[in-house]
Parts: sequence; structure tokens; C-alpha cells
Amino acid sequence: MNVDLDQLRDEALAQIAAVAEASAIEQLRVDLLGKKGRVTELLKQLGAMPADQRKAFGERVNRVKESLAQALESRASAINDAELDRRLKAETLDVTLPGRGEGVGGLHPVTRTLRRIESIFNSMGFETVEGPEIEDDWHNFQALNIPESHPARAMQDTFYLLNAARLLRTHTSPVQIRTMQARKPPIRIICPGRVYRVDFDRTHSPMFHQVEGLYVAENVGLADLKHDLQKFLSLFFERDAEAMFRPSYFPFVEPGADVHMKWGDRWLELLGCGVIHPNVLNAVGIDPERYSGYAFGMGAERLAMLRYGVDDLRLFFNNDLRFLEQFR
Amino acid sequence: MKLSESWLREWVHPSASAAEIAHKLNLAGLEAEAEPLASDPPKGVVVAKIISAVPHPQAERLRVCEVNVGAAQTLSIVCGAANARAGILVPAALPGARLPGGKEIGHANLRGVDSAGMLCSASELGLAEKSDGLLELDLDAKPGMPIEQHLGLDDQLLNLELTPNRGDCLSIAGLARELAAIYDLQQTAPVMRPAVVSGYEQVDVLVDDSAGCPHYCGRVITKINPKARTPDWMRERLRRSGIRAIHPVVDITNYVMLELGQPLHAFDRASLRGAIHVRRAKAGEKLTLLNEQIAELTPQDLLIADASGPLVLAGVMGGTSSGVTPATTSIFLESACFDPATIAGAGRRHKLLSDSRYRNERGVDPGLQRKALDRATTLIEDLCGGDAGPITEVGRAPTYAATIRLRLSQVARLLGHEIAAREIPKLLSRLRIETQSESADTWLARIPTYRYDLRIEADLVEEIGRLYGYERIPARAYAAQLPLNPVRETQRSANAAKDALAARGYQEVVTYSFVDPRLQSQLDPEQPGLMLDNPIAETMAVMRTSLWSGLISTWQYNRQRQVPRAKLFELGACFAPDGAGSRESVRLGGLVAGSALPEQWGEKSRAADFYDAKADVAALLPPSSEPFVFAAATHPALHPGQSARILRGETPIGWLGALHPRLTQTLDLGSAPLLFELDWASLREARLPSPEPIAEQPSSRRDLALAVAEDVSVDRVLAAIREAAGPLLRSVSVFDVYRGAGLTPGHKSVAMGLIFQDRSRTLSLDDIDAAVGEIAANVSTKLGASVRSR
Repeated sequence: MNVDLDQLRDEALAQIAAVAEASAIEQLRVDLLGKKGRVTELLKQLGAMPADQRKAFGERVNRVKESLAQALESRASAINDAELDRRLKAETLDVTLPGRGEGVGGLHPVTRTLRRIESIFNSMGFETVEGPEIEDDWHNFQALNIPESHPARAMQDTFYLLNAARLLRTHTSPVQIRTMQARKPPIRIICPGRVYRVDFDRTHSPMFHQVEGLYVAENVGLADLKHDLQKFLSLFFERDAEAMFRPSYFPFVEPGADVHMKWGDRWLELLGCGVIHPNVLNAVGIDPERYSGYAFGMGAERLAMLRYGVDDLRLFFNNDLRFLEQFR
Repeated sequence: MKLSESWLREWVHPSASAAEIAHKLNLAGLEAEAEPLASDPPKGVVVAKIISAVPHPQAERLRVCEVNVGAAQTLSIVCGAANARAGILVPAALPGARLPGGKEIGHANLRGVDSAGMLCSASELGLAEKSDGLLELDLDAKPGMPIEQHLGLDDQLLNLELTPNRGDCLSIAGLARELAAIYDLQQTAPVMRPAVVSGYEQVDVLVDDSAGCPHYCGRVITKINPKARTPDWMRERLRRSGIRAIHPVVDITNYVMLELGQPLHAFDRASLRGAIHVRRAKAGEKLTLLNEQIAELTPQDLLIADASGPLVLAGVMGGTSSGVTPATTSIFLESACFDPATIAGAGRRHKLLSDSRYRNERGVDPGLQRKALDRATTLIEDLCGGDAGPITEVGRAPTYAATIRLRLSQVARLLGHEIAAREIPKLLSRLRIETQSESADTWLARIPTYRYDLRIEADLVEEIGRLYGYERIPARAYAAQLPLNPVRETQRSANAAKDALAARGYQEVVTYSFVDPRLQSQLDPEQPGLMLDNPIAETMAVMRTSLWSGLISTWQYNRQRQVPRAKLFELGACFAPDGAGSRESVRLGGLVAGSALPEQWGEKSRAADFYDAKADVAALLPPSSEPFVFAAATHPALHPGQSARILRGETPIGWLGALHPRLTQTLDLGSAPLLFELDWASLREARLPSPEPIAEQPSSRRDLALAVAEDVSVDRVLAAIREAAGPLLRSVSVFDVYRGAGLTPGHKSVAMGLIFQDRSRTLSLDDIDAAVGEIAANVSTKLGASVRSR
């Protein structure tokens, strides 16, 4: 019996070691350890054995059984590992091939710039307000202290509609007028939008975008304007902007100023601003003795040109995708 | 306007360079730049007197001139200029000279005759763009003197771009006054002696319209020498300001205009009939102007007229009939102050530009007329001789432009910075503004006549700030009085919509709001557009009624540059007439052209179609209690079988479709792009989310394929299904549309996945079978649909 048992074990281990597939392992398990398996059959002989041999033989058979079960399991797991390895190898992709589907689009550089300007001013407590692009003379000129004969009108040639006393707004100031008429101070707004002037060359476009700002409250003066615009320029250009305020003239402000910023070794004129002219406050029904305010205006394209190093304004409106796609 | 630095320094002399002066002017609000008079001045050119000029023996057009260049020996120079003649003085470039542009002068032999240099024209010396003949110099010029010394070429120009309120600085005198204030200096203005009145003749002056012409001075000067020549120093000063010398009297009027800021007009006395009459024009009157233009006058135009009719469009431009000529020996000289608005109106109406208009529409010092008239008279007497008559004057010069009350509190308020009370009168006195204290912190300020731009307290605050220096006003960190701005959660932002489109592969474009009327009428033939009165080009003449013209033009432009596919969008206003006015609506429009996806290895390439664009549009639609509907409808620009009107509830809000094949061909676009346009205001309003509890009961799916006639839209199929199924049907998705074998011709099969669920219990098979039975019955009755499989 002893010889039989050892022989059985050695043969079985050799068989296990020779198996190459998961299904064959299972078959072998049934052959050896299943209900009618060879080892199981040996255990069935126990009942017929003398009692003194029974225990020792039982223990030996169980040891063989355990060692075969262990061998089967480790063989099975080795086969599984090998199979997984094969599968993984077969499923390997070229990860350098591009992904599927639609690509990404992008925003126009002017939008990008307007957003940036807006988000900075919004964070400084300015609300964004918009208004019509076709305007009447009163909102675009007269309410802004620019009477019909004023030479300031020669500074900005205006597009007029045919057979109608209407014009394309030359600035977004009419939105300020409309807002001041509708609200009471304190008013703190910016007015972004398209504006139109009869002009067309590398640095002038018949259509461009402006952001104008307005703050009306008690005791607002040039010093507040200086602070807010200096802060804005520093935030916009992400550096400590060196700004210079020079006296200038716009009919709707007094005192008025141009803001110049140090750009390399030059001073660049960036925007116009000033303390709101009392005639403008009177025109919209705000008492200039009680309230004062400031206003400013800047061209979005001008800031975009500086920020991105674009030297021809017309590029923004040609909409050449080779240009636009560089702003993604 | 350009002015000579050396001339300015006769009036005020800051110890600063021209560049430093320009910088100071900028800081004080006067835009100025210093530039060299000549970037490349001539070298080795001297004054030469032509002693004799004889014909060249070999060349008909050349002359051999003996010239005196201040040396013991005369030089012989060959010259081809027609005006080369004995007795005149001209510039001579001697051997070794270098002319602007680099031309070197040496000894030359011209057809057998030696030439020791070259006699020069103005253009050869860089003094004019072009010139005719030799530059003739003053007869008392000194032979041998370097030309740069004779003409004072060692000078710089101040180029001024003044804002329209500072007409008072458009002259040497005005700029000197401003510099004296800025530098706090005394002026050194040249002494101007009064004119000698030796004549007696006068012309009567009638001024009808004292608002249009508050002050008029004039005088007759007789016995003027018609042969007089404007001296080189005056010619040079005029030239430096861009004015060409033409006639001594005219040159003097221009000179005084530059010097003092007063435009003057000289009439030929002999051409005047009766009194000078300053009046508005009568309808139908005409005037032939100096530029040969015939002005059709209107009753708003102010005229200088006489008994014969209009002579001058006042303050803007003279007429041809009454101007001075080379034969004029007697003149009437006018020095007047006009209403700026009147001049600006006339200048714009008749589209005339002149130095006179430029100054008069900005305003001329109403206190200046007599002084300028006398100054011009003196110069005429000195240079042309003549007997000046007494001045005829109508109206009078005011003493002050205004008297303004100034409060210290307003200075602090508007500047946001305190300036000491004692500083205020000091600062203002530099501008020659007299102040009288009313109290410790209030003054009455009297404004000199030339500062008519100062009208209100705020104007004085600016002057104080300007002289004090804006740079000295510290920025004040705010304690801003902030309004609380509404933040509407249900209003979608433009940024969100733009980002959504960009994420779906769209590139934003910004196109002009004015478009080509032809293209627009092709795309939107039924909608009239707003035409511009003064478009910049014919192709930019009408306000857009739709975004499509800009999007299509952009696609054309890029297609021509080998771009194979594009997805574009724009958000912007469109315009339409509305009665006598106009209506604006902001729209969101898009264009899809070329393949559905960028060229790639993993997907089969196919052209983008209606449903690709529809998915993008659907992604833009906000959650809404009113359903969005795509209804088949026709639009003149779109393919009639591939276009949908988009509605929110009952309200049309936009269009989606393929460009009409006819337009695709006309516009040479290859294949038809997909277009969409939505009214932005109708897209913005979203509903606030109000989520229901999640149902925990399991759901069941049942697939259903229905055969229906082609003309039955899927929308109707889904509606009939929902109607029959009731609340148990949670959702339906269409997963296949099949046409072909196994179907009656003219029919299609629509396969759908139906998800059933009840909130209170788990549905049994019987429940679902019953629901599907109801559905089958309903689609059969309503749509004639039959169930192919369930």
C-alpha cells in the first residue's frame, strides 16, 4: 500500500506539472480529488482496514491529498498568470495615436480681452451694463456735453443711418447716460461693446470694442480715478504698471486726463478719463453739488494688441483661422 | 501744427531743450513732440550772388554763371535753371558740399565748360518737396555766408496736436503764454510798435449778426508796393509751419496768424463795392471760393459781403473775386472774431479745411483783433510800404472771458486731494487769472479773454490740477460706496454659451456689423436693412439683419486659404428698421462646413449634416418649462427639406438648416454649410432646478420598432407613444431608423428603447405588456403605424 500511495502521488505531481491549460487542470482535479477520484477512492478503502492501520493510513492519504491540492492550485494560478500575460500583450495599444472625436474650438482674442477687463472690474465692484449700438444724437453727443457745433465732433467722424436721425454709437458712453437716467447713485458700472467710427488703417478700424467705466457717488475725485485705473492696469498686465496721468480734454469730463503707461522705454497712451462734467450730471438729473463721479474709456483691441504683441488691428476682423486659432 | 523753436524762444526762454519743453507741455495736457527741422541738413552750401549769366557755348539750355561767394575770386558754375540770371542771390553748393540724400558735389566739366559746384533749388536743399528753378534769396543776403546760417536752419520744430479746447495755444504768443505759466517764467515778447496811420481812407462796415461776429476790425492800406518780396526769415518761419510764401500781403497775414493766433483776411480794395456787410447768406446765393469750389450757400452761413454780393465765407475761406493779386496796390485788411459754432457748421457743411477754419472753429481771442490788425499793418508798412488808414471797428473787445466763483472745497472734492488755500491764487496768477478773495476759501476768478474755454468752476479745478501736476495727486485707495448688483441665477451668461460652443469645437469670430447689401439680400431677401449714409465701402453699407452674411464671408475667406473645414460662431447684435427707428436683437449664430469631425484615423470621414449641427444647437438650449421645438419650415436661404424653425413653446426663436443649394453654388462654397441662428434673449432664461426624489423601484426596458410612412415625423411618433403610455413611460430613445428591404415602399422603421418605471411599485410584465399594447393601438390609429417587433 505504501508503495502504491507514493507512486500515485509522484505520478499525479508529474501529471500536474505537465498540464498547460486551465481546463486540463480542472479535469485532473476531478480525476484525483473528485468524488470518484483516485485519491478519494483510497480513502474509501479506510473502512475495510484494520483499526490499528486505519489512522496512520488515513493521515498519509490526507497528506498526499493536501499536497496534490496545493500543486493543482499553484499550477492553476501559474497557468492563469501566463494566460493573462498573453492577453495583456495582445491587447497592447499604440498610446501615441490621437484620441477620437471633435477637437476644441476657441474664443476670439477680443472676447478674451473683454472678459479679462470685465472680470477685473467686476472684482472691483463694477457691474457690467450693455446698451443699443444704434443711438440718437442726444445720447451719443448732447447729453455728453458735445453740442452739435462742438469741434469735438470733428475728432470722431460718425456713421449716420440713411434717411434717419440715428447714428452708430461712437463710444459706449450712451450706456452710461441711460444708466444714470435710470438709477440713483452710487452707480459703479462698466459698459463694454462695439463702437463705430469712420476710420480704416493699421491702427484704426471702422468697428472696434470699448470698455467705458463710470463711478458716481459722494466725493469722488481724480485721486480715486488714479487709484482704480492704476490698479486695473497692474492687474491686466500682471505687473506693477507705471502709469502717468496727463491733463487732456474730453467734453464730458473736467478735469480730464489721458493715461499713459510705460512700455519698454516709451510712454503709450492707453485710455482717456476724467471727473464727470457737471453738465453731464445735470443732463441726467443727478445733482452735481451732491454727487460727483469719474468716467473712463479704453479700446479693447488696443489692450489686446499690446498684450499679445499684435501690430495690425485689422487682423482681429479678418477672422483668418490661422490667426484666431493661436488664441486657444 | 508745427512751430519753430527759435521763434518761440524770442517770446519765452525756458532753460530746457526742445525735447524737455515738449515733455513739459505733454504733462500739462498739450500733446507736443520736438523734431529736428532737417534730419539731413546740407553741408558746404553758401550764399552766392550771380554776377553774370551767359549761354553755354555747346548747350542751349545751360548757362554759365559767374558767381560771387564772398571770396576774392568769382567762381564759374554751369546751371540749367530757367531763372538763373545776373543780380539774384542763390545757394551754391561748392566742391566738397554734401546735399540732403547724400549727393556729393565736386568740380565738373559740363560739355566742355568747367563748373565749380552747383547752384541749388529749394528741393535740392531739402527745403521743399518740389520746386521750380533756383531758390532766390534776399537781395541783401551776404555772399559766402553758409546757407544754414542765412536761413537759420539750426532749429527744431514743436509739433503740437492740441485738443479742441485749447485754440488759445495755436500761436507763438499763445504757446509762449502757456510755457511761461508752466515754467513760472516772465515772458520776453518782442515789442510791437503801433502802426503809423498816414492814410485817411475808410470802408464802412455793417454787422447784421453780432452773435455770429461779435467783434470786427478793418482798415484800408493804400499805395502798397506790388513788387515787394517777402524776406527769407519770414518765408522760413512760414515754411516751418507748413505754409508756402505766395504774396507778401498774404504771407504777412499768415505770419500774424502764426504769431498771434488771429486769422486775417486781405481784400483787394479795388474789387470792393460799397460797404463791407457781415450777414447771413440768403437762400440761393453762391460763392466761388479760392479752391475753385462753388459753394451753394445756406441761411446758416455767415458771409462777408459787399454791394455786389458774397465775398468770403466768413472765417473759413475767401472768394476768388476779392482776393489780393500780384497787381494789388491797395487792400482792405480784416481782423475779426466769429462765433465758433457758426464757423464749424459752415466748414462741415461745405467740407472745407483751412487754417482759418481750424482756428476760428476752436475760437479766437475776442480781445485780439485790434492788436493783430496793427501788427499786420506794421509789417506791411515795413516790408511793402503803404499808407494805413484809421481802423473801423464794430463791436468791442470784452475785458474778461468770464468771472467764476471758486470754492476751495470743490478743488479738494474733484481732485480728491487738498491743496493749500494760499496756493490757489498763486497757481491761477501764473495763468494770468486774477483772483479776488470773497472769504478765506472762496474766490472770484477773472478769466482773460483768450481762455474762453474756462467757463465753470470745474474748469478752474482742472487748471489748478494741471499746474499743480496730476502726478503730485496721490492715488486714493477707495472706500467705495458700492451698489449691490443683482445676480440672476436663471439668466445664462454669454460667456457660458461661448464656452459651450468652443468646447464643441467651434471657433468664435467677430465680424463687422455692416455688411454687403448684395449678400444680405440673397440671404435675407424679405427683411429690409438699415442703410448707412456714409459707409466706408460699398460692401460695408448695410447694417446686418442676420449673422449669416458675416459667417459665410468668413468661411469663404478661409476656404480660399485652404481651410478644409470650419465650425464658426458669433454672438452679436442684428439690426432692422422699426417704424422710423430701429430694432436691435442680439443673436447667436453658427456655421458648420466640411467634415463632421477633424480628419482622424479612428472614425470614418463623413460630411457634417443637419443632425450634427442640431446636436450643437440642442446643447445651447437651457432647461425650460416650455419645450423647445424644431419644426420643419422654409427659409429663403435654406434648403427647403433641411431647415427647421426653432421655437420655445409657441415663440419662434431661430433657425437651423443647410444653406440652399442655389446659394451654395452662387457663393462658390463647394458643399452647403449648415447654419443656425438663435435669438440670444430667448436663450438666456433658464428655469431654476427643482429636482424630484429619485425613484428606487427598478425600471424595465422594452424595445419597439414601428413602421410608419416617411412623412410622419419622429416627433409625432414620440408624441403618440407618450400620450398612450401615460406616466409609466419614463423615457424613450430612438436608436435606429431603417429604410429598405422588408418595408412597404415609402415607409421607414423607427426603433426605440422605452424605459418604464413607477414610483410606488415594481412593474410586472403584465403592466408593461398592457402599456405597449396601448401604445401600439394609439400609433396605429393616429399615424397608421404598425409594430414590426416588440
